[in-house]
Amino acid sequence: MGVKLLLDKAHVPGIRFFETYRKEGGYQAVEKALKQMDPAAIVEEVKKSGVRGRGGAGFPAGMKWSFIAKPEGVPRHLVCNADESEPGTFKDRYLMEFLPHLLIEGLIISSFALGSNDTYIYIRGEYAWIVDILEQAIDEAKAAGFLGKNILGTGFDCEIYVQRGAGAYICGEETALIESLEGKRGNPRIKPPFPAIEGLWKRPTVVNNVETLAAVVPIINMGGDEYAKIGVGRSTGTKLISACGNINKPGVYEIEMTLSVEEFLYSDEYCGGIANGKRLKACIPGGSSVPILPANLLLKTAKGETRLMNYESLSDGGFASGSMMGSGGFIVLDEDQCIVKNTYTLARFYRHESCGQCSPCREGTGWMEKILKNIDTGKGKMSDIDLLWDIQRKIEGNTICPLGDAAAWPVAAAIRHFRDEFEWHVTHPEEAQKRNYGLAHYADPIHVPA
Amino acid sequence: MSEQPLFKVTIDNITVEVPAGTSILNAARKIGGDVAPPAMCYYSKLEGSGGKCRTCLVEVSKGSEKDPRPMPKLVASCRTTVMDGMEVKNITSDRVIDARNGVVEFLLINHPLDCPVCDQAGECHLQDLSYDHGKAGTRYEFQRRTFKKHDLGDKIQLHMTRCILCYRCVFTADQLTGKREHGVLDRGDHAEIATYIEKNLDNEFIGNVIDVCPVGALTDKTFRFKNRVWFLKPVDAHRDCPTCSGKVTLWNRGDEVYRVTARKDQWGEVEDWICNTCRFDKKQTSDWVIEGPRLIDRHSVIAQGHYAGSVGTHKPTETFEAVHSGRQPKLLMDIHSVSEVNQTDITLSKLDRPAHSTDFNHNKD
Repeated sequence: MGVKLLLDKAHVPGIRFFETYRKEGGYQAVEKALKQMDPAAIVEEVKKSGVRGRGGAGFPAGMKWSFIAKPEGVPRHLVCNADESEPGTFKDRYLMEFLPHLLIEGLIISSFALGSNDTYIYIRGEYAWIVDILEQAIDEAKAAGFLGKNILGTGFDCEIYVQRGAGAYICGEETALIESLEGKRGNPRIKPPFPAIEGLWKRPTVVNNVETLAAVVPIINMGGDEYAKIGVGRSTGTKLISACGNINKPGVYEIEMTLSVEEFLYSDEYCGGIANGKRLKACIPGGSSVPILPANLLLKTAKGETRLMNYESLSDGGFASGSMMGSGGFIVLDEDQCIVKNTYTLARFYRHESCGQCSPCREGTGWMEKILKNIDTGKGKMSDIDLLWDIQRKIEGNTICPLGDAAAWPVAAAIRHFRDEFEWHVTHPEEAQKRNYGLAHYADPIHVPA
Repeated sequence: MSEQPLFKVTIDNITVEVPAGTSILNAARKIGGDVAPPAMCYYSKLEGSGGKCRTCLVEVSKGSEKDPRPMPKLVASCRTTVMDGMEVKNITSDRVIDARNGVVEFLLINHPLDCPVCDQAGECHLQDLSYDHGKAGTRYEFQRRTFKKHDLGDKIQLHMTRCILCYRCVFTADQLTGKREHGVLDRGDHAEIATYIEKNLDNEFIGNVIDVCPVGALTDKTFRFKNRVWFLKPVDAHRDCPTCSGKVTLWNRGDEVYRVTARKDQWGEVEDWICNTCRFDKKQTSDWVIEGPRLIDRHSVIAQGHYAGSVGTHKPTETFEAVHSGRQPKLLMDIHSVSEVNQTDITLSKLDRPAHSTDFNHNKD
């Protein structure tokens, strides 16, 4: 059993309510931070902790905080990104639903550190019931004097507002989120200027993921140095992984980042192995937008080392033989799953969610979806596979926001690792409608040159 | 007045000095010619425009003098400001050309390519762009997307199928007119320019959206199917207009005014916004004071015969000697001094037959 920092109290009955949460040691971090520390010291602790953004990009949170501009007389804002829409990712939902006060606590400390008096939670529109949970938690915290005017007599004012999104995946991108929060169409802005300089209402803004802000609580409680000791290398602390797909025990797990992928996947403490006694075919380890990995590259890296559940190890080998930690949406595919269909489903998602602002993403995602649909339904041509590769290559890196990359990577990785399956779909169009290509050689150990 | 610092930026090996805060695109436009990246969505007169079409992508091979690291991704030159000592590759970079070809392909896959019946043909930026970067064939084998038709009133014609969603018209309506009625509805590849719940665009300056549109999505209904632009003679004219500057370009054939547009500079951008009255209602030559022919400094079809400065009088700015680093040309000789044809002692009119080389050969003996 690894260390649990976020979900250790998740199973206490009534932890959703202020009284129980407080009795279990909640809001001590707020007291410590607001009474004993100054904002710069909190930022310093977060920097020392090495906690990386949990939303997907993995950018060090302390570094992001230190970039915030501090012009005289201009209010600053903290925005909590709770627009968790990545297929396969549902960790923030769990955290907000069961431990709303942990997020509120983290938000109060972070707002104090950044000097934000108006803090926003931008929540995914589909999480309608969580809005009520969060608003109740905010009301409770306010009644207890942890929010509102003059918190704990320190003279610090902070209000937290919950804003519901309207169902767009793109609003999880921080600048699109800011646009949407301002009441505009959720189109990502062109960077620079970065939100830390010019964000919400042209004021300096920090946008952080729910889990990142919740992690501030244990960082303050135990100190940044202690926090940094958990985990390995630059992957410090614990990470929430939402596991789903063909596994015995789907759900949200808090892991230490020294855990191996094999243990996470097969031990009874975590995923409990592949469901129905099937064999592992492939896995998308970090939410739908990261490259898919075949079984033989998932458990061991191309160099033959054991792959661990952390930022560095999952991306070991680059995109040629690695993937990404992403947002921690661990999607497992067993031998019965069709990679072509899976890729088509993802391409359909990204086509639907593209904001349509810049040309490569607007036109390219639709084009890829149509070609994949053709291949999937047995109307594909061999040249389509190369065409797909060329299209994804021309989208990647040429768009305003990372949605273009997110749409291109799954297609690229599927072709890179599962090309024979695509080709089989083209050469056996009728058979492909009736049966699955199966496991092929994807689970065979790969040859490691000595 | 404090002098703004000048930044040195090198684009395609040509160095230019520009004030801090200039975008790479505008620095490249200062150099001009092929160095200036194409821009389908950027419009210098509209705040916030640019960054969307991705045709102006360039490679920054050196960030600045202080931080010489190259930028990992191609950047949109219209929205990236120059740094001192920055080195940019536009047409000298294979990556840029490849990406730009890709963008043009993306822009064209859902474009109807109905140029033969499009009023914009001849002055269409997408047409120019696809001449430069497009391929002869398409790899797109699906139905091109179509939209439900929206009627924007009796002056402006919307062809949504031709739209490349550059947002220029949205910015124009936002920043130029007091009342905004149209915008972008929906998202992704079914996003469209439309008015919400079928309204007419009705505003004294709304006609300018026709001029800013880089393609044939917004065209002049009063000029619809009247003539091809390359048959028309553009002339500068003005009138005393109470609402706008009244400085326009008339597009004539014979004595007849076919259409009125704002004057556009060499980058296809409007110099002065004009009002709807000038644009749509004043179509008599008697309404206008003609200034003279409009010279169009672009390589599109309508520029035929309308170049600024004629080709013959254009003199090279650098001498042969300067180009060859001081070396005198050796192979070139002055034909007048060497050729015997020009020797004055032979009078051709005195010959009673056609002249022959032997007539000029003094060493024939």
